[in-house]
Amino acid sequence: MAEITTLHYLVVAAALFVLGVIGVLTRRNVVIVLMSIELILNAVNLNLVAFSRIWGNLHGQLFAIFIVVDAAAEAAAGLGILIAFFRNKETINVDEIDLLKW
Amino acid sequence: MFFLDHIWLIPLLPAFGAAVMFFFGRRLQKATVNAVCVGVVVLAFLFGCCAVWQYTQWAATPEHFHQPFQKIVYTWLGSGDGHLNFVKRDGSLASFNVDAGFLLDPLSSIWLLFVTGVGMLIHIYSTGYMAHEGGYYRFFGYMNLFMFTMLTLILANNYMVLFVGWEGVGLCSYLLIGFYFHRNSASTAANKAFIVNRIGDAGFILGALTLVWYLGSFRFTDINALARSGHFAIGDPVLTAAALLLFVGACGKSAQIPLYVWLPDAMEGPTPVSALIHAATMVTAGVYMVARSNAVFVLAPTAMKTVAIIGALTAVFAASIGLVQNDIKRVLAYSTVSQLGYMFLALGVGAFAAGVFHVFTHAFFKALLFLGSGSVIHAMSGEQDMRNMGDLRKRIPITFATMFIGMLAIAGIPGLAGFFSKDEILWQAWASEAFAYHILWFIGFFTALMTAFYMGRLIYLTFYGQPRMSHEVEHHVHESPKSMTVPLVILAICSIGAGYLGVPHSLMGSNRFEKFLEPVFAKEAPLMRAEEPAQLAAGKKEEEHTDPMEYGLMGLSVLAAIVGLGMAYRSYAKAGKDYVEPIAAAAPPLYTVLYNKWFVDEGYDYLFTGRRKIGDIRLGVMGAGEASSWFDAKIIDGAVNDVGWVTRAVATLSTWWDKWIIDGVGVNGPAILARMISYPTRLFEWGLVQWYALVMVAGLLGFGLYYVWK
Repeated sequence: MAEITTLHYLVVAAALFVLGVIGVLTRRNVVIVLMSIELILNAVNLNLVAFSRIWGNLHGQLFAIFIVVDAAAEAAAGLGILIAFFRNKETINVDEIDLLKW
Repeated sequence: MFFLDHIWLIPLLPAFGAAVMFFFGRRLQKATVNAVCVGVVVLAFLFGCCAVWQYTQWAATPEHFHQPFQKIVYTWLGSGDGHLNFVKRDGSLASFNVDAGFLLDPLSSIWLLFVTGVGMLIHIYSTGYMAHEGGYYRFFGYMNLFMFTMLTLILANNYMVLFVGWEGVGLCSYLLIGFYFHRNSASTAANKAFIVNRIGDAGFILGALTLVWYLGSFRFTDINALARSGHFAIGDPVLTAAALLLFVGACGKSAQIPLYVWLPDAMEGPTPVSALIHAATMVTAGVYMVARSNAVFVLAPTAMKTVAIIGALTAVFAASIGLVQNDIKRVLAYSTVSQLGYMFLALGVGAFAAGVFHVFTHAFFKALLFLGSGSVIHAMSGEQDMRNMGDLRKRIPITFATMFIGMLAIAGIPGLAGFFSKDEILWQAWASEAFAYHILWFIGFFTALMTAFYMGRLIYLTFYGQPRMSHEVEHHVHESPKSMTVPLVILAICSIGAGYLGVPHSLMGSNRFEKFLEPVFAKEAPLMRAEEPAQLAAGKKEEEHTDPMEYGLMGLSVLAAIVGLGMAYRSYAKAGKDYVEPIAAAAPPLYTVLYNKWFVDEGYDYLFTGRRKIGDIRLGVMGAGEASSWFDAKIIDGAVNDVGWVTRAVATLSTWWDKWIIDGVGVNGPAILARMISYPTRLFEWGLVQWYALVMVAGLLGFGLYYVWK
C-alpha cells in the first residue's frame, strides 16, 4: 500500500479541473455550467490544501476557505441572474443567451 | 321772415318729388306724376321768389346792410365746438366744421330765381314733350332730383355742400343723358359726360381743399372776408394754384376747352333735359362757382388771365364748329359752349357782374331755343337733321315766332336780352387792362359774327326755304300742344325783357342788375385799384367817362350781328334740296375740319382714351400706361425674377454641396468607414459565452505549451 503523495493530490486536482473545464465548455444548461465552475474551484481548493500540507502552514487552507465562501456567493449571484433571465426568455440554454454582442 | 328762415325747404321740395317718384312712381298715373313733380317745382319757384323778396327787405335794413343771409341748419361734418381740428398751411390749428348751411345773397338769388323759373317752365313743357315716352315717372324723378341738387349747389354756404350739389348735378346729368339707355350712343354719351366731369371734379375738390387748408374755413363768407382782408398779396402762389384748380372744375362742369367735349354729345338726352341742364342751368354752375370765389380769383391775376383766355378761345372755337353742324341740337350745343366761353371771358377780365348778367339772359334765350328745337323735332316726328327740314314757318307758327325771337336775342340784335349782356362783356374786355386784351375783344367780336351766322343758318334752314323732308313726315307736321307752346311764349317774353334789368348807363339805363350784385363783387374794388386799375367795378368807370369808344364798339357788334344774319339769309333762306354750304364751296378743307369738330375727339382718342392702336401698340396716355405696365412686368419684375432665379440656383448648389460633400464626405464618410471596418471586426463578438471560454482555454493551453517547449 503505497503512500499518498503530493503528486496524487495534484493529479486528482488536475483531473477535476479538466472535468470542470470540459463541463463549462460543453454543457448547454447554465445550472450544469455553474456546477462545473464549482468543480474547477474545488480543484483549485484541493491544490491549495495539498500545498498547505507540504509547506506545513495554514495559508493555503485559509485561502481555500475564502474560495468556498466566494463560490457560495458566486453561485447565489449566478442563480439569481439565471432566474431573472428565465423569467424573460423561458430558457436556460446557454446557446440562446447571446445578447452580449455588438 | 318765414321764407328766409326756411330757405332749406327750397331744395327739399324737389327732393320730396324725386323721392315720391323713386318709391311710388311706377304705380302712379301720369296726371299724378305731373301734379307732384311739376307742383313741387312751382312751389319751389314761388318759395324762392318770396325768399328773395324777403332777402331784399332784410338786406335793406341798416343792421344787415347788404350782408349775405346765412342759415345754418346743423353741423354736418366736424364739430361746432372746436374739438376737431386740422392744421393749416401756416401751422396753426383751425376748427374742422362744415355746416349744412344755406347762403342767400344777390348772386345766389339770381341763380335761385332763374333755375327755379326756367326749371318750372321746362317741367311744364316736358309734360307735353314726354307725354308719349316710356319711363315718364323716371324722367320726372330725375328732373326733380336735378332741381334738388342744383338748388343745393347754388344755396350752399360752403365748398363742401356746394360739392355735394356739384356731384349731384353731374349724376343727374349722367342719368338724363342716358335716359334712352337702350340706345348705345346715349349710354356712351352719358359715360363720356360723367368721366369728363370727373376730371373737372378732381380739380374742384383739390382747389376747394387748398383754399380751406390755406384760409382755414369752409364758408364762402369767411373765405371771401379773409381774401379781402388784405393779408394776402396779389399773385399769392397758393391762392393762384387754388384758383386755377377751381377753374379746372369749372372747365369740366361748364364745358370749356379742353373739357368741353362731353356737352355736344350730351344732346343724346331728351330735349327738355338739354334745355334745362345742358344749356340753361347746370352748365352755368362753373360760372357760378368762379363768381362765388371772386375774392380769391382777383388775388390771382394769372388765374384770371387763364380764365379770360380759355373763355375767349372756347367761344370762338365752339362757334366755328357750330357753323357747319347739321343736327339742330348740336348747333345749339356748340352755341352753348361758345356762350359759356363769353361768360368766362367776362369773369376773366374781372367783369363778374357782366358775366353773371350773361348767364341770366342766356338762360332764357338758350332754354327757349332748345325748347323750340324740341318743338321742331316733335313736329318732325323725331327728325333732328336740318338738311331734312325747311319751310316750317307757316306750319308751326308759334314755335317759329318764339325761336326767331331767341335767335335775335342770341345774335345780339339791339333791344333783346343778348344784346345788353354780350355787349357789356365785349366792352369790359376792351376796356380792361392793357392792349393785349383788345385781342380778346376781337375774338369775342368775331365770335359774335359767327354766332349770328350759325343762328341765322339754324332758323333759315329749319323754317325757310323749301321743304326737304319726306312726304310722310311733311304730312305729320303739327304745332305742339299748349303745355309746350306756353313755356315757349313766356321764355320769349323773358328773352326780350330780361336785358332791360341791366341796361348800361351809356344807353340811359341804370344797370340795376349790376347794382344788385355789387355787394357780392364790389368789396374787392379797393384792393383791385391798387394793382389792376382797369378791372375796377364797372359802374364807377362808366360814371367817370362814357367812352365814345363804347358806342363805337356797340355799333360794330350790332353790325356784326346784322352782317352775320344777312349772310345766313343769303345762303340759306331759299335753300332747296340741293343747297350748298357756303363754307364748303369756298374752302372745302376748312369745311371738313369744322364738320369734324377740328378732329378733337379723334385727337383725344389718340392722346387719352387709348382707342387708337398702331399694330398692337396703343397710343397716347393709355398707351404710355400699357408701356409702363409692360416695362414693369417684363423689365423690373423680370430683373427681380432673374435675381430670384440666381439666388435659387445658388441655393440649390449649396444644398447639393452640403448634402453630398459636407454631409456625405465629411460627416458620413468617417462613419461609413468605421462601419466598413466594423463588419470584419465584429465577427469576433458572436455572443456565445462558452465559445469565449473555449478560446480562452485554447489560449491558455497555447501559452502553456509555448512555455513548456521553450
